[in-house]
Amino acid sequence: MASQALIKDFEELIGKENVFTSEADLQSYSFDSAVLEPVVPALVLRPTSTEQLGLCVKKLYDNGIPMTVRGSGTNLSGGTIPDHSDTAVVLTTGLNRILEINSNDLYAVVEPGVITADFAAAVARKNLFYPPDPGSQAVSTIGGNIAENAGGLRGLKYGVTKDYLMGVEFFDATGETVKTGSRTVKCVTGYNLAGMLIQSEGTLGVISQAILKLVPPPRASKALMAVFDDMQNAAEAVAGIIAAHVLPCTLEFLDHNTIVRVDDFTKAGLPRDAAAILLIEVDGHPAQVADDAEAVERVLKENKAVAVHVPKDAAEKFKLWEARRMALPVLARCRPTTVLEDATVPRSQIPAMMKAVNDIAAKYRVEVGTFGHAGDGNLHPTFLCDKRDVEEFKRVEAAIDEMFDTAIKLQGTLSGEHGIGTAKAKWMEKETSRGTILFSQRLRRALDPKGLLNSTKLVGI
Amino acid sequence: MDTLHELAQRLMALDDRITACMKCGMCQSVCPMFGASGKEADVARGKLFLINNMAHELLKDPEALADKLGRCLLCGSCQAACPPGVKIMEVFMEARELVNAYLGLHPVKKMVFRTLLARPGLFNFAMRVGAPMQGLVFRKTGDAQGTVCAPMLNFMLGDRHIRPLAQKPLHAVHGALDEPRRAGGLKVAFYPGCLGDKMYTEMAEACLKVLRHHNVAVFMPAGLACCGIPALSSGDAEGMLRQMKVNLDVLARGDFDYLLSPCGSCTSTIKELWPRYAGRLGGLESRQAEKLAEKTMDINAFLVDVLKVEAATPAADAVPVTYHDSCHLKKALGVSAQPRTVIAANPGYALTEMAEADRCCGCGGSFNLFHYDYSRRIGQRKRDNVAATGARVVAAGCPACMMQLEDVLSHNNDAVRVKHPVEIYAESLK
Repeated sequence: MASQALIKDFEELIGKENVFTSEADLQSYSFDSAVLEPVVPALVLRPTSTEQLGLCVKKLYDNGIPMTVRGSGTNLSGGTIPDHSDTAVVLTTGLNRILEINSNDLYAVVEPGVITADFAAAVARKNLFYPPDPGSQAVSTIGGNIAENAGGLRGLKYGVTKDYLMGVEFFDATGETVKTGSRTVKCVTGYNLAGMLIQSEGTLGVISQAILKLVPPPRASKALMAVFDDMQNAAEAVAGIIAAHVLPCTLEFLDHNTIVRVDDFTKAGLPRDAAAILLIEVDGHPAQVADDAEAVERVLKENKAVAVHVPKDAAEKFKLWEARRMALPVLARCRPTTVLEDATVPRSQIPAMMKAVNDIAAKYRVEVGTFGHAGDGNLHPTFLCDKRDVEEFKRVEAAIDEMFDTAIKLQGTLSGEHGIGTAKAKWMEKETSRGTILFSQRLRRALDPKGLLNSTKLVGI
Repeated sequence: MDTLHELAQRLMALDDRITACMKCGMCQSVCPMFGASGKEADVARGKLFLINNMAHELLKDPEALADKLGRCLLCGSCQAACPPGVKIMEVFMEARELVNAYLGLHPVKKMVFRTLLARPGLFNFAMRVGAPMQGLVFRKTGDAQGTVCAPMLNFMLGDRHIRPLAQKPLHAVHGALDEPRRAGGLKVAFYPGCLGDKMYTEMAEACLKVLRHHNVAVFMPAGLACCGIPALSSGDAEGMLRQMKVNLDVLARGDFDYLLSPCGSCTSTIKELWPRYAGRLGGLESRQAEKLAEKTMDINAFLVDVLKVEAATPAADAVPVTYHDSCHLKKALGVSAQPRTVIAANPGYALTEMAEADRCCGCGGSFNLFHYDYSRRIGQRKRDNVAATGARVVAAGCPACMMQLEDVLSHNNDAVRVKHPVEIYAESLK
């Protein structure tokens, strides 16, 4: 437990205004975006310089105080919920400077608390492109994106956060500085520790700086929407698009339930009988975009799309994407509690997975709407319920258990982009192996002998 | 309400609405308070969580909850951006009321809301006595905005640069107005708001001039009280009800097609909050408020949507002007295009958009009184966005925003004037 003397030390170190100890402030850091029980920490620290961050980590380690690092707290698997009541939450939001955007060498150097969308906008102003666009990008931090290996809509063509991490500086559990990677495209100096830090969910170190890769922005883009009365046809269309060697920057789908719910809310006149809607966007050189859009349209028609819409201008395109933008907000309005999952399967298995999700929902009498990233098989089955209804919530949990079983059977994964945290830790072994758990735990213990960094997350320590 | 347990039970009435919060945190991206402090307890999801904890008797400190609830501009940006559509403003207003009922309203606030603002005669008297005296304490700042500061009253006003009170308030200049309809034309009730009546009288005069130009008859009765938003924001529903009752009685005596205000905050209060709270006064008042709400419009929206005022082509030597979207206009009433059209109706001005035009300016009414440091910090971001446009005038459709803009621009020594869109339009009329 943090003693009064230690709290005073921290106040001297990072300023009184950056040490939160009141009951109300502590409670406000007891939760994140996951539907899990809150845990109230003992202390919240907001260092405002790299040096302060390192000293905080060292002091916490020396005093044996557990640490949970937190950016904006938008985690969907509980990764930023404190482990214990004596945990200190370490905020990275005070470290929010973009240190460099290099247009010649196509990289940027940032502190961990930089907001993803702010960073993407700053990069765009220099006519460059940072593609990872997680759904929470308006508030999420780069540090959090790295710790969770955040994805987004552009995964299929542009990859995810890990594909843009060139280097990282972090503090190990004891407060020592570790540097890995560089500003160069090639770098084989030492272990690829950046690869280890990415998606480590705050268990291996505290990120203090990152070097991110930038790319030239696409010069043109074009969107299409296709309506299907059969999920299988939609999936075959997705496979067909890839087989035609077109790599759309986004390839999204909405299922029947989601379409109906969105149409109920927006009265946009969506095809309420449709089994699925695909939303596709291709980008690149204008000539390539024109070719690709034509190919996509052809494949969609060949695969029995009952309708294909091609927006004529930016306004129409904006409207077309409205259904996708509204998917989560609308589903979230249906019932008090929204459990947003991210089971992911190889894209050819989408019809099987969708059938399983809907069968499971019927079996457990729970409502689910599914939308997601059809191009990379990353589904977002969204369970609509009221967690205050204990009996109903038990059925939802049972349904989710079974859904993950199915995802694993279909050679998919528990989590495409939301992370394991505490929410999915119990299924880890099922997807991987006993050895994986032991190996991960040994790795953690070697790096964090006192077991202080986000101790209950991922595989536990 | 005597015990914490009772307070908790009353707060449970908000449970259904709070549970709808999925804690996604998207409110962080738009909240001006969070932008300035970065603290989770300052943003909607944090506050909702704390209210819920108080309701479940997990949070033990009602003073702390009152303090957190007070660190909010009630700008509604969070609600406008909330994915699951939580009725955040409703919850905050009701929570403030319940917590205040438990802790007791500050005696000064009680005097202001229940006596001064609910009794227009007394309020007007106090202001008219005050106006000639203000020369004694106010010193001109010499800025482009024409503000004054009051070093002697620093303990009360801080370092604020504000407009002095008008030498003669609007109601004293015009008395009670009840013009006959001109040749079967429209007739409107004009509700200038406290700031329009007592501080920004040239702005209110510009509104009357524009209405006259368009042959719209005006009903502006004597004895209008405050709309009630300052009281309600402080958790004093009782004070707000008293003020609303005075207004309903006075307005009931007029025959008009629309009720217009140049103040976005007053308009949204009359349109949205009066009907929601009037039921507490009785059935008659409830029906009166409903009917009035239907007729209530922002004056910019009236000029464009009803009178069909249109944008003109800017002249070659047009003055660059930028527009700030007041929260109560854009986020509560959905009025954002019309004020821009009203500005553009004057060819002497050329509209240039600022970044984050709809980000809160940081005034927030009484927020400014209790959290001036944060108010200024939030205002500075707005000022920087205004300054970056190079505009010589910034327009806003709410006198509270105008006051805030003048304060921050004055402190930065910017030669940028602050005007209401209708003032700009009025300049183009003979």
